[in-house]
Amino acid sequence: MLSRIGAVLLFSVLSSPAWGGSGDVALKTRDWSFSGPFGTFDKAAMQRGFQVYNEVCAGCHSMKLIAFRNFADLGYNKSEIKALAAQYEVEDGPNDDGDMFMRPAIPADRMPAPYANDNAARAGNNGALPPDLSLIAKARPNGPNYLYSLLSSYEDAPNGKEVPDGMYYNPAYPGHLIAMPQPLYGDDVEFIDGAATSIEAVSADLTQFLMWAAEPKLEVRKRIGVAAVFFLSIFVIFSYLAKRRIWADVH
Amino acid sequence: MVKPDTNKKSASGDAKDPGRRDFIVVATYAMAGLGAAAVAWPLIDQLNPAADTLALANIEVDISKIAVGQSITVKWRGKPVFIRHRTADEIARANATDVADLRDPQVDIARAEKPEYLVLVGVCTHLGCVPLGQKTGEVKGDYDGWFCPCHGSHYDTSGRIRKGPAPTNLEVPPYDFLSDTVIRIG
Amino acid sequence: MSANQFKSPVIRWIDHRLPVFSMLHHTAHDYPTPKNLNYMWNFGSLAGLSLAIMIVTGIVLAMSYTAHVDYAFSSVERIMRDVNHGWMIRYIHMNTASFFFIVVYLHMFRGLYYGSYKAPRELLWILGVVIFLLMMATAFMGYVLPWGQMSFWGATVITNLFSAIPYVGESIVTLLWGGFSVDNATLNRFFSLHYLMPFIIAGVVVLHIVALHRFGSNNPIGIDTRGPQDTISFHPYYTIKDVFGIAVFLLLLAVVVFFFPNAMGHPDNYIPANAMQTPAHIVPEWYFLPFYAILRAVPDKLGGVLLMFGAIAVLFILPWLDKSPVRSARFRPLFRIFFWVFFANAIALGYLGGKPAEGIYVILSRVATAWYFIHFLIILPVLGMFETTKPLPKSIAEPVLGGFSSTPEQAYAAPRRS
Repeated sequence: MLSRIGAVLLFSVLSSPAWGGSGDVALKTRDWSFSGPFGTFDKAAMQRGFQVYNEVCAGCHSMKLIAFRNFADLGYNKSEIKALAAQYEVEDGPNDDGDMFMRPAIPADRMPAPYANDNAARAGNNGALPPDLSLIAKARPNGPNYLYSLLSSYEDAPNGKEVPDGMYYNPAYPGHLIAMPQPLYGDDVEFIDGAATSIEAVSADLTQFLMWAAEPKLEVRKRIGVAAVFFLSIFVIFSYLAKRRIWADVH
Repeated sequence: MVKPDTNKKSASGDAKDPGRRDFIVVATYAMAGLGAAAVAWPLIDQLNPAADTLALANIEVDISKIAVGQSITVKWRGKPVFIRHRTADEIARANATDVADLRDPQVDIARAEKPEYLVLVGVCTHLGCVPLGQKTGEVKGDYDGWFCPCHGSHYDTSGRIRKGPAPTNLEVPPYDFLSDTVIRIG
Repeated sequence: MSANQFKSPVIRWIDHRLPVFSMLHHTAHDYPTPKNLNYMWNFGSLAGLSLAIMIVTGIVLAMSYTAHVDYAFSSVERIMRDVNHGWMIRYIHMNTASFFFIVVYLHMFRGLYYGSYKAPRELLWILGVVIFLLMMATAFMGYVLPWGQMSFWGATVITNLFSAIPYVGESIVTLLWGGFSVDNATLNRFFSLHYLMPFIIAGVVVLHIVALHRFGSNNPIGIDTRGPQDTISFHPYYTIKDVFGIAVFLLLLAVVVFFFPNAMGHPDNYIPANAMQTPAHIVPEWYFLPFYAILRAVPDKLGGVLLMFGAIAVLFILPWLDKSPVRSARFRPLFRIFFWVFFANAIALGYLGGKPAEGIYVILSRVATAWYFIHFLIILPVLGMFETTKPLPKSIAEPVLGGFSSTPEQAYAAPRRS
């Protein structure tokens, strides 16, 4: 009975709308390398995704929670990260004269944002705030599939659908009208590893990168999880047998 | 009727701890102990410095802009580090000192990889105050190095303790010259 | 209990002066427990374990958390990214909160089913309801701390409940906030109280256990233990059974923590709080949904708030609503049906609490809310008067049905019409 009640309770919880997809929208799905109990990130895809972010998204979207040192997870070594960081300028100070100054970033710095603050970002984007992307893959229901669908689903509005100025039609977006212009068209970037640059492939690479950014500890989490579940399963069996043994003399 | 009975003859009474020596029971309790120990580690390890703290465990400093006779102070691991571009006179005086007279005997050459640049942790070895002597016009003490205002420790031009309560010389942090003008501390 | 029972002279010496070992021995070793407890009796120890996990992980999290509107969100993300094993500790804290509520709800349903709230265990039950209330307050304030969108808007909506109170409502809300909206002052006081309340809960848990040990555990048959043949010592029988329960609990917890850590949370809470924009669909944490459904079922603001608090208040007087002298639902065929209807109704309320308040959901919420109160205020008192119960066994050790009339319990078993 215990398991039955537990199951009922859990299902009722997990099937409630707060945990579902985004309403009326059917999202495209993909077999992500990071899903499943043994899932891992695809380093090459993340590097490509980072390149896409850099060349396409970074003009409007910040990733304030990510430090350059974190890119070690993407497979870059120390000197590569140092060189990468040095390409960015970050504000530091005040110096001895009391002024703030710009200096090249070091690995310990976080990625600088494209706009000084949210209001500047709104002003530069028709009043719509481009959200920070550090956590975006966890901040939307069904995050990876949602991002993948959103990036690759821009299309012309169906007949009769009014699209106001400054809005774009995207069936993957709740309400279908989104303030972000279509960011990817396919062949937007050139990958040094020669990987495919179709809109789906590029969207998937970017999604892989954003999922890592949102959940950088995913791999170690699942690794420890497998060990913990294995250990606890044996513990369950042993404690059950021990319970049976001890209770054998109770009538 | 409702009073719990504490009679020792209840089911476990005679067969004391039945199955206690049984392998499966011992293994179960051993696993519980092992599991608890495994969980204890993350709870303890979280007290160690976090990744963002460790990322700043070593810093790079451009020393090309320090004029001869000038010092700069940089922050390293939450503490001030003094970097002094010493004059020839200061170097000469540091080398002229008789090491045998020192409380904490150390030759100057062992304290400065390149004699022109002296790198010190700016924390008095007595009780942790920051000594004076970095800025022009500050008291430099009787030996023209640094002077700790808290309890009056005097350090010489090599940062060695010469007078006052401090037991040892100012600490030299680990550092390397990455190039002629950039050092990495830590 | 004499101190002589301990082998070690050191323990004997200490125990003679400070009888902690005797007390422990008495509570967790000799303590005579009905021998027929089923697995539904495992949830008490699991609730205790949950509280312990919450306190330990919470103390650790507080070492890296910053209770300030500008830093709270990023300090939590720093825990997730930079603090050693911080992600694991936070995910355990987050998900154990949900598991704590699952366990406590099952513990409460067990009490309802087997009549564990009846004399002489009324205070034991009431202390349990107090713990439940304190848990809800603690969980609510804890959810505010990450300072995400759901944190902020959850805090705003829930504190605004008090504005329904006539005349003084607005002043009370301002008092709770320490300002004119949920802001830094609110976050700081919530952090302070969130840290304090688990220890109050722990104190009430001690009272709960003291009250439990006065008359011992109820049992699936619901009749009192009548002697040593009905009981077994707590150790090793129930210790090992609890160990098994804990193993299963930890296994399920590990599956969720390591593979579905955000399944019971809300994605919007990974968006930093924004006082200028409410999320499209705000819901409280899942364990509040049944009460949230009751709140929304009433079109009147004050009425909804009163009814929601009434839903918990009614639990306090439950021992006096259910007058049936028979405890266990096993011997109450009608109550048993109504129990499962109530259970299904509670699940339905939880489901409806997560749905938008529109159309059919509103009507269903009203029906389910009405049933919740009908069950306690009408069904239970009426059943106590008119239900024909099955004959009770003589004792736990001899689950043989006796004839009517010979023992006091059997006299009780007949419906009492007064």
